[in-house]
Amino acid sequence: MAEIETENKIKSEEYFVNMGPQHPAAHGVLRLILTIDGETIVNVDPDLGYIHRSIEKMCERDSYQQIVHLTDRMDYLSSHINNEAVCLAVEKGLQLEIPDRVKVIRTILSELTRLASHQLWWGVMGMDVGALTTYFYAFRDREMINDIFEETCGARLTMNYNIPGGLMYDIHPNFVKRVKEFVAHFKTKLPEYDRLLSGNIIFINRTKGVGVLSREDAISFGVSGPVARGSGFASDVRKRHPYSAYDRVSFKEIVMNEGDTLARYKVRILEMWESLSIIEQLIDNIPEGDHLVPTKAVIKLPKGEFYQRVETARGELGVYINSDGNKNPYRVKFRSPGFSNLSALNHVAKGGKIGDLVSIMASFDFVIPDIDR
Amino acid sequence: MMYKIFLPLSITKSIHTWLFDVLPEGVAPYVEMVLIAVAYLLVFAVAGLYLVLLERKVAAWFQLRLGPNRVGPFGLFQTMADALKLVSKEMYGTNRADKFLYNLAPYFPIITALLAMAVLPFSAQFQAFDINIGIFFLLAVSSVGVIGILLGGWASNNKYSLIGAMRSGLQVVSYELSVGLSLLTMVVLTGSLQLSEIIEVQKNGWLIVQGHIPAIIAFVIFMIAGTAETNRAPFDLVEAESELGAGFHTEYSGMKFAYFFLAEFINMFIISAIAVIVFFGGWLSPFGITEEISWFPSVLWFLGKVLIIVFLMMWFRWTFPRLRVDQLLNLEWKYLLPINLFNLVFMAIVVWLGWVITF
Repeated sequence: MAEIETENKIKSEEYFVNMGPQHPAAHGVLRLILTIDGETIVNVDPDLGYIHRSIEKMCERDSYQQIVHLTDRMDYLSSHINNEAVCLAVEKGLQLEIPDRVKVIRTILSELTRLASHQLWWGVMGMDVGALTTYFYAFRDREMINDIFEETCGARLTMNYNIPGGLMYDIHPNFVKRVKEFVAHFKTKLPEYDRLLSGNIIFINRTKGVGVLSREDAISFGVSGPVARGSGFASDVRKRHPYSAYDRVSFKEIVMNEGDTLARYKVRILEMWESLSIIEQLIDNIPEGDHLVPTKAVIKLPKGEFYQRVETARGELGVYINSDGNKNPYRVKFRSPGFSNLSALNHVAKGGKIGDLVSIMASFDFVIPDIDR
Repeated sequence: MMYKIFLPLSITKSIHTWLFDVLPEGVAPYVEMVLIAVAYLLVFAVAGLYLVLLERKVAAWFQLRLGPNRVGPFGLFQTMADALKLVSKEMYGTNRADKFLYNLAPYFPIITALLAMAVLPFSAQFQAFDINIGIFFLLAVSSVGVIGILLGGWASNNKYSLIGAMRSGLQVVSYELSVGLSLLTMVVLTGSLQLSEIIEVQKNGWLIVQGHIPAIIAFVIFMIAGTAETNRAPFDLVEAESELGAGFHTEYSGMKFAYFFLAEFINMFIISAIAVIVFFGGWLSPFGITEEISWFPSVLWFLGKVLIIVFLMMWFRWTFPRLRVDQLLNLEWKYLLPINLFNLVFMAIVVWLGWVITF
């Protein structure tokens, strides 16, 4: 470890601390090797591999229907969106024409997933900066979304509702009513989030000007999602390359230029409002029709490469399928948002305090199984 | 004699006379002292345990939960059960820790908290120890507790503990000043350090009313600094769980952990009690009935007021995020300390010119 000489000739030493793989702020089994000079962070070295399950390799073994189920386990907070990405890629390969009904339902569920994910993030963000109460407020509202999922998809977290060709079942008769109830409920509760945390002077001091990521750096690190949009990099896939029903709804892409932790926080809070507006636009106009275009029991994609990008709650998820014409893909690659976002962490956290690192990590919203597939 | 032992209630009076009848002259006072110590230990343990329960209930009310409600009615025996569990747990320590200091550390916070408890006037006659430097004694004793935290963090052989201990060192060294100065401001008004006399002065109105503006400023500063002194949120950097795991007590288990844990709650009680004594009239009734009819209602007044302040501190904890280390120091040295020094002079002027409000 390097010796440091301070102004008044007192010699001190840098030392390293393992943050994780078991640590309350890591939200999973991420190990950060911190080099610290007192409280100041000199270097952050992420060490991955603690939750590697070789999902990409397992995909080569499985049929296309089975691959969908593996993707829940990557970013478990956007599991529906992950499923959708694989289905869209496979449907692209099969050149299936998907009914409007499926597209609209998928979009509504994606936005609900995004809301649930952002709610959880908000709770954890508060917890990481020391305000424990946020966690319970967030879970109160997230519970309603989970109940909707449970009723329609049969599961609360790993939904597996999408299959290549459409949806596994049609929506539950209560779906529309409950979603409307939730939207009305959450519109009254979202301002509460602001009152509890956003305006708090301590919170603003902890986040403003902390962990600044410039637009150029954001682009060169390949950062995406709310983190990139907090740095002024408009990268929303829903806007740039619309899929499902995103081309028929109007919503704002939230972009902020400060690039600090507070900007990333605000982007997510405002995105929740946009998600609510997307759901409101679609929920009354779910077209009639089939929920599924039947495919063959054994799906064989034509020889070639297929790529589909979607916007998960954390950023851009890319699914790359290389098929050699068999019932299994030759190679599958996921471009996960968390992995690219993590690469910017050292750059952003250097020079800050330990407390800053925790709030920066919260604002990056890492889901470790997404980083480490 | 520097102190005198007050005896509450007729029961204690009869015990007192009985003891002096039965036992020889030289022994009785010592037996009595032991009895008083035991009584204080009991109060101490019960207060600690029930403050933990109160905190858990208050947290639950803030967080849309129910809180402990399984052991006994309303979970009243929950913390007793927890304490029992902690007592029966294995003491588990780190390898290559400094065994002597590691084992010694938990006793500092608990003993100092107990010492501070001794001078608190629960009512006119319910005070073990009425010394003429009461406030000074309280401050002196309560700042010794941090030695335990420093030792524990240092001796644990754990980097997180060490960071937590160092944070606690700088936190207490800084905020000690504010606690002391805000109390000094009030001492200018009362003219005495003795706790019973401070309460005597307030028969003409609580000090926060008597001292009006400077007293209110002193109270706000005292509450901020007092929260920091007890290492509670938003100043809980010492054990910031999202940053340091559990900070200085990461490596402690069983009863040793419980000592740290209980001391935190007792210290919260003591800080609230000081606030009540110095600003809100101690055991005096708020309705102007100044002469104490019996000791019992005044104890209730005292405890009621203390619980309100305790609730305030719990409120802080469950709503505010945590400060960062440098912000913590900025707050003290750039804002609280200068305001405090100015406030002290202001109070002196107020007292000198006789702008004190009395009824």
